[in-house]
Amino acid sequence: MSSKRTGAQIIWEVLVKEGVDVVFGYPGGAIMPAYDAMLDYPVRHVLVRHEQGAAHMADGYARASGRVGVATATSGPGATNLVTGIATAMLDSSPIVCITGQVSGGLIGSDAFQEVDVTGVTLPITKHNYLVTRVEDIAPTLREAFFIARSGRPGPVLVDITKDAQQASIDLVMPPAPHKLRGYRPEHRPETRDLERAIDLLNHAERPIIFCGHGVVKSAAGPGLLELAERAGIPVAATLLGLGGFPATHPLAMGMMGMHGEAWVNQAIQEADLILALGMRFDDRVTGNLKSYAPRARKIHVEIDPSEIGKNVKIDVALIGDVKETLATLLQGTRPATRAHWHTRLGELKGDSAVRDIVSLPDDGHLYAAHVMHDLWRLTEGRALVVTDVGQHQMWEAQYYKHDHARKLITSGGLGTMGFALPAAIGARFAMPDDEIWVICGDGGFQMTAAELSTCAQEGLKVNVALINNGYLGMVRQWQEFFYDKRYAATPLKNPDFVKLAQAHGLLGLRVTRRGEIPDVVAAARAEPGTVVVDFRVEQEDSVYPMVPAGADLGNMIRRPVSTVLAETGEDP
Amino acid sequence: MTEHTLIVTVEDRPGVLNRVASLFRRRNYNIDSLTVGHTAEPGVSRMTVVLVADDDTVRRLEANLYKLVNVLYVENLRGQGAVVRDLALFKVRADQATRAQVLQLVEVFRARVVDVGAEALVLEITGAPDKIDGLEKVLEPFGILEMVRTGAIAMTRGAEPPRAVEAA
Repeated sequence: MSSKRTGAQIIWEVLVKEGVDVVFGYPGGAIMPAYDAMLDYPVRHVLVRHEQGAAHMADGYARASGRVGVATATSGPGATNLVTGIATAMLDSSPIVCITGQVSGGLIGSDAFQEVDVTGVTLPITKHNYLVTRVEDIAPTLREAFFIARSGRPGPVLVDITKDAQQASIDLVMPPAPHKLRGYRPEHRPETRDLERAIDLLNHAERPIIFCGHGVVKSAAGPGLLELAERAGIPVAATLLGLGGFPATHPLAMGMMGMHGEAWVNQAIQEADLILALGMRFDDRVTGNLKSYAPRARKIHVEIDPSEIGKNVKIDVALIGDVKETLATLLQGTRPATRAHWHTRLGELKGDSAVRDIVSLPDDGHLYAAHVMHDLWRLTEGRALVVTDVGQHQMWEAQYYKHDHARKLITSGGLGTMGFALPAAIGARFAMPDDEIWVICGDGGFQMTAAELSTCAQEGLKVNVALINNGYLGMVRQWQEFFYDKRYAATPLKNPDFVKLAQAHGLLGLRVTRRGEIPDVVAAARAEPGTVVVDFRVEQEDSVYPMVPAGADLGNMIRRPVSTVLAETGEDP
Repeated sequence: MTEHTLIVTVEDRPGVLNRVASLFRRRNYNIDSLTVGHTAEPGVSRMTVVLVADDDTVRRLEANLYKLVNVLYVENLRGQGAVVRDLALFKVRADQATRAQVLQLVEVFRARVVDVGAEALVLEITGAPDKIDGLEKVLEPFGILEMVRTGAIAMTRGAEPPRAVEAA
């Protein structure tokens, strides 16, 4: 058999070699040769309704599985539609490879039909990108792309391939997967001296906290983290993307920190004398005002990306390397401890938060989003893979759905991309065919990519959509309430009937207006073989508490007013 | 805030200059000069970047440069013995009355006259950037019609080659 292959065939040869079994994409002129060749290869193609969905699906697939997700699109508008999804993957270090068609080499630079300089457009939002104009470069470039996407701090890589390169033929000799590139240094190891110093600080700390960041999830460092925390008696707070890296129901789990983190957690950070930050980047949503941030704490930063060290917060010991490997070394020197005083203090701080917790409220006839999250957590026994969108519901989910396992919460943290959830969940569905998947989404974000319901219907996919419908762009409305004198500029939504919308797609639509209805409706949704949309009509002007206003001190939070809490429980204030 | 001179060795591929320049813009670094040219090794180019920033900022810049796949090596010349050179062309007004004075300055600064016209001279000078600043200052009274500078290029002193390209 001749090994002569067209560029289009070579694309699929490489994808098969890389173990890709599904790609998410949309055809068009410049990528048609690749689509034609696709039919002869054992790779499933999922036809999206908008290329943004393809990038989010690849991202969701990557986050759920830890493998590289693949999206394809044509040149010009197809490629530019990927941009939001690529930036989302970039900000959350998600390994995806995007393959775009490009006009033929001779036409480049001529403003040909559907020509866009997509490598130029995506330069700042990709880990790396390529323009391939020669058929012989396709295989080595794609192999490099996969290597770069998944190694070190992962990220999106775009490969733009001209139509004529797809059409040309060569004798294919499959290049081996690269393990090293001349100018690329994905791996780092902490200095022994710094490790010793970190161990010394850990052993002598009286009020330490471990920060569980996304890097814990990405490097599968959960078991090592659990061992370290238990041995040294150190509580663990999580970033949004670190949720699930440490079991949320563990006694040492503190929950989320930052803007909508637990008040007692943020207060504890301000009182801590040592922070061991694992695979996170001290984002402004985590720190609040940097000047007053964790003023008593020495900071040990374990991070794979050297450019993150000292970017926002001054670091005392930098351990540049893989979180899992670094934790293994730290474990060797860490002495057992209980730190009873510190835990007593944390208990005091915690008690103050509990009285304000909306979940402890009795059912007063209103449907609160927090109740929905709490009940979903209970009914799914905390085992669902949850994909959230961006906004209030995302924070409520983070607060009330307790994730005990890594990669079971998928959310757009860094970029905060509305419209992410449904397509990302579709991607996750292919990565985790046996998981129960819940999309938790606001009514605003849902409508940004609701067209992907068609994809669910066409592909016969099962995801459950919990639509947290408050008739507002809720998080913006909340900011308007707190900081803009309740002037609700462009935040009220006149929505379609979401039950009918689901039905129009041939899918099941359900509605919940009272808390008591939740168990039956959730049971009906879970029993349905296809995708279901549940329209939860929640309290319209509820806000996410507590809240650190942007740029404010971490310890200075807006709390759920106690008087309201008591009024709602029917007690005298 | 101090002046730093970075030697950035890169693969000679289309778009590499764009990647480096884009990094400076995106991360909000202010660069004084950036030059790029070939090296003795085929397929490898070398950039010289001069910027004023504090040490920690420059350390992160180096780390960010290393994240670009086409960047092979970054060397900060600060604290190392180095030769730094800039090249400039000046078109300066010089008629019969002033020509002799200008030529005298050319002599003092070891510049060269590369074109002579009735009303003006074109001068070429290479040297450390502050030497060129000095020439500019003394030429100003005569009337500088045009000036162009290449920006600094730099090399460490001694027989040591640039440190080998290796994993950081």
